[in-house]
Amino acid sequence: MVDKKENQNIIDRIWSLFSSVTLAVINFSAISLTSIVGTIIEQQAEPERNIKLLSKFFGDSAPTVYKMLDTLGFTDMFRSWWFITLLFIFAANLIICSIDRLPAIWKVAKEPIKPIPPDRFNSMPIKREIVLKMRLDNAKNIVEAGMKKIGFASNQHEENELQFYAEKGRYSRLGVYVTHFSIIIILIGAVAGIFLGFNGSLNLLEGTTSAVAYSFGTAKEIPLGFEIRCDDFDVSFYDNSDTPRAFRSKLAIIENGKEVLKKEIEVNTPLRYKGITFYQSSYNFSSNKDALFLFTMTPNNGKQEDIQFGFDEPFKISGTNVTGKVADFSPALGMDESGKLFTYANLMNNPAVFIEFSEGGKVVHKQWILKRYQETWKTPYGIAVFKDLWGVQATGLQVRKDPGVWIVYLGCLIMGIGLYAAFFMSHSRIWVRLVSDKNNTKVYFAASANKNKISLEQKIDKLIKSFGG
Amino acid sequence: MESSQFFAISSIAYILAMVAYIAYLVFKSSTVGIVATTITTTGFISQTIAFFIRGKEFYDIGQMGIMRAIPLTNLYESLIFFVWCLILGYLIIEWKYKNRSFGAFVTPIAGMALAFIDITGMSKAIQPLIPALQSNWLLAHVTLSFIAYATFALSFATAIMYLAVTSEGKKSGAYIFWTATLGIFLVVLIAMGLDFFVAGEHLDEHGHMVKSGLFRATFKNASGGVAALSYLAALGFMFIMWKYGYVFKKIIGSFSISGEMLDDLTYKCIAIGFPIFTLGGLIFGAIWADQAWGKYWSWDPKETWSLITWFVYAFYLHARFMRGWRGKRIAMVAAIGFVSTVFTYLGVNLLLSGLHAYGGV
Repeated sequence: MVDKKENQNIIDRIWSLFSSVTLAVINFSAISLTSIVGTIIEQQAEPERNIKLLSKFFGDSAPTVYKMLDTLGFTDMFRSWWFITLLFIFAANLIICSIDRLPAIWKVAKEPIKPIPPDRFNSMPIKREIVLKMRLDNAKNIVEAGMKKIGFASNQHEENELQFYAEKGRYSRLGVYVTHFSIIIILIGAVAGIFLGFNGSLNLLEGTTSAVAYSFGTAKEIPLGFEIRCDDFDVSFYDNSDTPRAFRSKLAIIENGKEVLKKEIEVNTPLRYKGITFYQSSYNFSSNKDALFLFTMTPNNGKQEDIQFGFDEPFKISGTNVTGKVADFSPALGMDESGKLFTYANLMNNPAVFIEFSEGGKVVHKQWILKRYQETWKTPYGIAVFKDLWGVQATGLQVRKDPGVWIVYLGCLIMGIGLYAAFFMSHSRIWVRLVSDKNNTKVYFAASANKNKISLEQKIDKLIKSFGG
Repeated sequence: MESSQFFAISSIAYILAMVAYIAYLVFKSSTVGIVATTITTTGFISQTIAFFIRGKEFYDIGQMGIMRAIPLTNLYESLIFFVWCLILGYLIIEWKYKNRSFGAFVTPIAGMALAFIDITGMSKAIQPLIPALQSNWLLAHVTLSFIAYATFALSFATAIMYLAVTSEGKKSGAYIFWTATLGIFLVVLIAMGLDFFVAGEHLDEHGHMVKSGLFRATFKNASGGVAALSYLAALGFMFIMWKYGYVFKKIIGSFSISGEMLDDLTYKCIAIGFPIFTLGGLIFGAIWADQAWGKYWSWDPKETWSLITWFVYAFYLHARFMRGWRGKRIAMVAAIGFVSTVFTYLGVNLLLSGLHAYGGV
């Protein structure tokens, strides 16, 4: 049997440890210092990258240092057990400090202003004294109206003498508290996200469908509960450059064999469906025999029509006996200084197709047609607009489910409110005594503010000026 | 006129203002003071005009609407905006406190930022907006972050002044701290000045012609002798700072600035900067990251360093209110906070890799 008193002592000791500012400081420092290391060592990177970095400082012993850091978890430290422990200590510290200090702060925040005895007027941080050349009755009305004008609705107290008292922003004293509380909410949201959500990726070739995503790192299959299809992917570039302007994927959601939603996503506009969010994060190109060239053909004197054809598939230009056939393709056609053509990137930066036109089995014309250059679309047989090579680009989607994100946002909102109250609002109090002196009235002001005393002082001086005292 | 011409006018004005404010500090001539303020204000107006013209130029290139034409998309533009916020903040303080002596401490920070732009030869061209930056959060996140950085820079200046005014004895920790900090700061500023005037053009590692490289005239000089000499000169300069630091104290002291006022000003700057940094830097950043990258927090170096900076200033506030720290200790915390801010802003972009890569040189 553990002695009850001793038992309590241990709890008390743990409690006082976690409510101490010293622990907070040590923990703050530990999180900061290890984080600094974590930003220098590239996280979740190939070992070679970090060994190369370390060799600048440690020379030949870099691999040993790397091994040591790796064992200690520094190569993936923000997910290591000891870093998470530090964050938990941070949360516990915050919670216990808050519980410890709540009663005192709550008492101050709940306690409304009271009239004060005349002798305390002198000990207030702000004090003023004026004489109004009027009787008490008139002075009373003027003072009360004036107070209202500067935003203080006053209470009245009469015992021996008349006193007005008013306050503003009492609850702003809770601002610090609300800010601390919001951090706890954010941490709860983060934990909820880790346990109830997932983070994965998915590569979808144009025209293909998937019912799963793949989790980061482990590449484990995560069922989505519905199917997603990529109808098209497209990169657009700024004029005549390889600076991307937009990445777009046309996505469709299919549930029970029925298409239920279609949306075009971009980098800053993801698709959300049933709690799962799909973000545009990357793209890639893979040559594919089943791909289709999409053209809009307007033959000379003919009608515009959309045509599509594969690599080995001749197409006929209507109204003529001419057929076209793809002889070459480059996803990014460039020209070097000597005028030689070459492919300068393995993504679809500048798609170009080389077409051989034949008539009666004889090649009569050959031409490069470039998707991005209108002047290459004109052929002897009409305008051939190269719209896309469909089925070769895959969109890289980041797939995430995070039910905690709304808790995090709620925490952020509360933090905003808390910070506003803590830094930009103050609890200010004013007391005014009115003492009749023959036909005049003596008015004594006393005031205090927990922040921005000067602004309250200016307000009171302005008020006094308006009395003409 | 193009925006670059207005930017050039403002850069020259700020450098002249720096000289004028230092002259004012030394000679205490009110004429010099008025000239300094006039030059600064002219520079500020010119920069404001430049900012709008650049916005218009950006708008014409991007054709994506006003919200996609905010010229705050690379390191050059952000440094310019930082300087703008800093000068605005300084002018407000000068006007409110009717005291020009702060100018000698604030304008060198602006001068340093501007010199840094030219020395590193960073691209000043308007770059079209890459897809990740095409968001309405760009405006809120970046502007608020830089307003916060500027208030932190101001608090750094006042904290160093506070330490200069109050520290006693050359062996006290506070005295060594402020002379060393100011010493390093001035050494870097002078070294950058030398880079600017001495070093010619050369090829950088990517084969681009750049005007110079950071510290190429001094610490990183091709000749080992010059580099060693530079380090020696820097140490000598630091020693002189330490030896004659009390002269600063006398000069600042003669401007009727009390330690109390500097302490209060340091706190006020942080009290404005901290909530703005929390909201604009951390919270808006997280919301944007959630939309663009699918993760509101990913321990990217920029995020991590922002958090470290946030911790330092949170520590400042807690030490002040919970522990009643005042005076020298708390002023040192404020100075460290700005060092962390500088690393969050520049160190991360220049030295570390991560998701915020578009902020690089």
